Amino acid sequence: MDKSTLRYIMRRLLISIVTLFVIVFVLFLMLKLMPGTPFNDEKLTEAQRAQIYASYGLDKPVLTQFFIYVGNMLKGDFGISFAIQRNMPVAALVGPRIGISFGLGIGAVFIGTIFGLILGIVAALNRNHFWDSFATILSVIGVSIPSFVVCLLLLILLGVQFPVLPVIYNNSAPFKSAIIPMLAMSLGVIANVARFTRSEMIEVLGSEYILLAQAKGISRRRLIWMHAIRNCLIPVITVLGPIIVGLMTGSMVIEKICAIPGLGSLLVKAIEVRDYNVILAISFLYSALYIAVMLIIDVLYGIIDPRIRLGKGDA
Amino acid sequence: MAKEISTQKELDEFLEGYHVLDQDYELIDIPTRLDHDEVVPSSSFMHDVWVRFKSNKGALIGGAIILLFIILSFVCPMLSHYSFDAVNTAEQSMAPRIPGLEWISWFNGQGGIRQYTGEFANAYHYFGTDVLGRDLWVRCWEGCRISLFVAGTAVLVNVFIGIVYGMISGYFGGIVDSIMQRFQEVVNSIPTLVILTLLLLIMKPGLYTIIVALILTEWIGMARVTRAQVLKIKEEEFILASKTLGASGFFIIFKKVLPNIFGQIIIMAMFSIPNAIFYEAFLAMVGLGVPAPQASLGSLINDGFKSILVTPYLVIIPVVILGILMLSFNLLADGLRDAFDPKMKEM
Amino acid sequence: MKQKERILKIRNLDIAFTTDNGTVNAVRGVNLDLHRGETIAIVGESGSGKSVTTKAVMGILAGNGKIQNGSIEYTYYDFPPERIAEVQTKYNGIIPDGYPRPEERKTVDIVKSTPKFIQSEIRGRRIAMVFQDPLTSLDPTMTIGKQVMEAMRYHYKMPKQEAWNRAVELLRLVGINDPEKRMKNYPHQLSGGMRQRVVIAIALSCDPEVLICDEPTTALDVTIQAKILELIKEIQQKKDLSVIYITHDLGVVAKVADYVNVMYAGRIVEKGTINEIFYDPRHPYTWGLLASMPDMDTSGDELYTIPGTPPNLLYEVKGDAFAPRNQFALHIDEKIAPPMFRVSDSHSAATWLLAPQAPDVQMPAELKERIERMRKAANWSPEKEVSYAAELHKGPAYDDNNTDDVETMEVNA
Repeated sequence: MDKSTLRYIMRRLLISIVTLFVIVFVLFLMLKLMPGTPFNDEKLTEAQRAQIYASYGLDKPVLTQFFIYVGNMLKGDFGISFAIQRNMPVAALVGPRIGISFGLGIGAVFIGTIFGLILGIVAALNRNHFWDSFATILSVIGVSIPSFVVCLLLLILLGVQFPVLPVIYNNSAPFKSAIIPMLAMSLGVIANVARFTRSEMIEVLGSEYILLAQAKGISRRRLIWMHAIRNCLIPVITVLGPIIVGLMTGSMVIEKICAIPGLGSLLVKAIEVRDYNVILAISFLYSALYIAVMLIIDVLYGIIDPRIRLGKGDA
Repeated sequence: MAKEISTQKELDEFLEGYHVLDQDYELIDIPTRLDHDEVVPSSSFMHDVWVRFKSNKGALIGGAIILLFIILSFVCPMLSHYSFDAVNTAEQSMAPRIPGLEWISWFNGQGGIRQYTGEFANAYHYFGTDVLGRDLWVRCWEGCRISLFVAGTAVLVNVFIGIVYGMISGYFGGIVDSIMQRFQEVVNSIPTLVILTLLLLIMKPGLYTIIVALILTEWIGMARVTRAQVLKIKEEEFILASKTLGASGFFIIFKKVLPNIFGQIIIMAMFSIPNAIFYEAFLAMVGLGVPAPQASLGSLINDGFKSILVTPYLVIIPVVILGILMLSFNLLADGLRDAFDPKMKEM
Repeated sequence: MKQKERILKIRNLDIAFTTDNGTVNAVRGVNLDLHRGETIAIVGESGSGKSVTTKAVMGILAGNGKIQNGSIEYTYYDFPPERIAEVQTKYNGIIPDGYPRPEERKTVDIVKSTPKFIQSEIRGRRIAMVFQDPLTSLDPTMTIGKQVMEAMRYHYKMPKQEAWNRAVELLRLVGINDPEKRMKNYPHQLSGGMRQRVVIAIALSCDPEVLICDEPTTALDVTIQAKILELIKEIQQKKDLSVIYITHDLGVVAKVADYVNVMYAGRIVEKGTINEIFYDPRHPYTWGLLASMPDMDTSGDELYTIPGTPPNLLYEVKGDAFAPRNQFALHIDEKIAPPMFRVSDSHSAATWLLAPQAPDVQMPAELKERIERMRKAANWSPEKEVSYAAELHKGPAYDDNNTDDVETMEVNA
């Protein structure tokens, strides 16, 4: 790692931190701008309200509130739930659900990337044959059709018509329950990765350096593994960013559909009952995760691909 | 051909079977021959695009389906004697029944909560009815229209915002460009999901709120394309007549930029329509959809999902329509992209 | 002087590509010879089939290309595995440069060989190639060292340390400073000229007998061009390489080639020694090429260009493919494709203008003037050329033609 790479990473890191700060600020503004707090709905006297405000720190100047808010967030304290579970700290509500959502997401990315890569490479190596057509059709379907649609169809097929899998998430059988949502989520990943890998691989196979490697007289296996796949894998990292983001969105609905006790379903529930602290906490988590993923992918790409170790990267 | 001709004998052997006259060895008159010069018909860019587009079966099918859906979504609610918001508890959750297709078990009207008996013996709800007894056929097409309207409007406004933003950013350059770029970067770093959720919390749920929410998310790509093109044109302009740039002005640049970004903008718009449809459905699924009794594909799916175990057709039908619609838009967009720029193929 | 041995003999080579629009006959009956130690050039416009011909020799035609007809006979010194082992134990590695190879000449027809055989025995090992664009022809994700070592490691199973040493030596040979440091660099850290030197080092890594240079200097700027050409020439002399240059640039040809083959529309239309082509061209296409070559003497005038465009090889060519662009076309050109007419032992051209019945056509006056000047400057005459050609290698160019007992025909001078 040379200086310019470090500078590039620092620059990206700075932008990420600023963005996160902006998001926190927006979240805080939201809290203030919300059409009233939940207490409005209840018949409280002014004194009672003031007391509640004081206990939540809502009576101090706006700026002080903001810094208290930021400080609390950094400590992992997102306040307490107003509606879902009265007076329960949001962190305690959110905490146990992170693992489930992450597990599902990482599983889907992992499965989807591996199968997507295999499918894309096989398709590119057998252009205009069966696997190529298969990959193309699967890609178009997988890219176009939202994961929750796939999830609903799978649910009806495997849960209702031929009840082999549970329709609703069952805590005692987490693996069996995770099959349908995992399948639905990974289909999109497979499609995206396969599509990108295929086109990348075709481009690499047509490149001059593959011709030169071929002219060296090395074996086809070596040519494909050492030169073609190596080169087509690197750019695939870049699609993982948008894919993970898509998964985050998709997983929200999927968690609702399959009643998975994860972050997404909690957010949906919180939106329904307007539990602002929970909404803001999860929004913050999602944003932080998104920014972290983008940062990691950017930096990783810079480190892995020797060509952009120049620090020229235009963020 | 391997043989070289060095003697008359060899030449004669070579020419055996041919009928060669002495005058064949005369020079061809040049003026008459030069007329033979092929004139390759130069085809215009748009013509090439059209030819390439026409040869793409997937895109044509996608386009045809979209057209069909648009027509259906206007015509069906008008022609049907059911209305999308007429609640009739006597017709609650009836199964789909289509005249002529009753031999297919899915469309024979059996299995709903209320049956096609008594006064409804001759009623036909092509897609069945929902829990409030509203006709799903009408609601589906109504919802399809709303979804298309939401997506189309959002994308149109996006195109506009994107072009203006990119133009300003690229044209003024310098500090303005820097600030606008950083802003764009920051907005781009906030997940769409979060933007949508938060926005809908402060605004009243409704059609136009959803449109505004969608507008906030897709303009960045358009702005980027426009800005890049403006910078390029500026450069060319600079080379052509270095000092006239100031005089050539904003709108002249705009006029030059537009034809160059036209293709890319169309392609991006085509790709963002299914995206917008998806987000609309997504918002409906998380409870931020259009308020009842209005229907959109998303809200239909959300409603139908509640009774998935009893009447799965209530969710299957809108889900299938949504899937087909999104698939068609993607096919069409793919085809357009390949047609506009064959090099971008498969990207 | 001993007759030089022929190592490559291409006969009647036809290559076609299947495309969406139909079959493109990119190469139509090419004959070509290459002798040990000599440099031949294949000259022609892009699309004339020059690259395709050499790619066929390497067995790296694109997937939709197929050799329809003909043969590519390659004669090489076979190096049986036992001998490799023997030499490896003796020299603790592969054969050092200049080590006499075992005297077992073997001829194979590349067209009939299996892809596996071409890959493991010929390509990269005995026939190597230098590509046009050094900026894109190196693997961007692999260090220079790995790329130079790869072929040796693969073909000769050379131990890593030894391959490393040899790679450093190769890089030094091709004129790269500080080769140890460069070994660890990635391609983008090197300049274009440096990268082309690396590409040459890669080509030389397995000590090949034949080096094919496909427009090796087109992508480089002029000062570096000359250096690269000089380098290839130097290495050729050092290692007794046979070199095939593929180029559209007659300037390059003039600097390096012993023999020139002019290709047009998938066919060789004129061939001869470098002097014969430059000082005594016979084919109107060669005239056009020479006339369009920039020259310091002919200042002021606009550069000549050959009118029209090459034919689309998707369609069958009737008669002479060049006829539509040829201001000296004969009626017979539109009916029958001309055979190669012999001008001298080493010189022949495919144009009906050389037939005895043809009218006496002179090349354009300007070109003639220019050639006269060049002849004078080089003190060249056709008579001298005969002995020069004989020096290059004994015997007629196509020695499979039996021309002993036929009377020699007069051709138009």
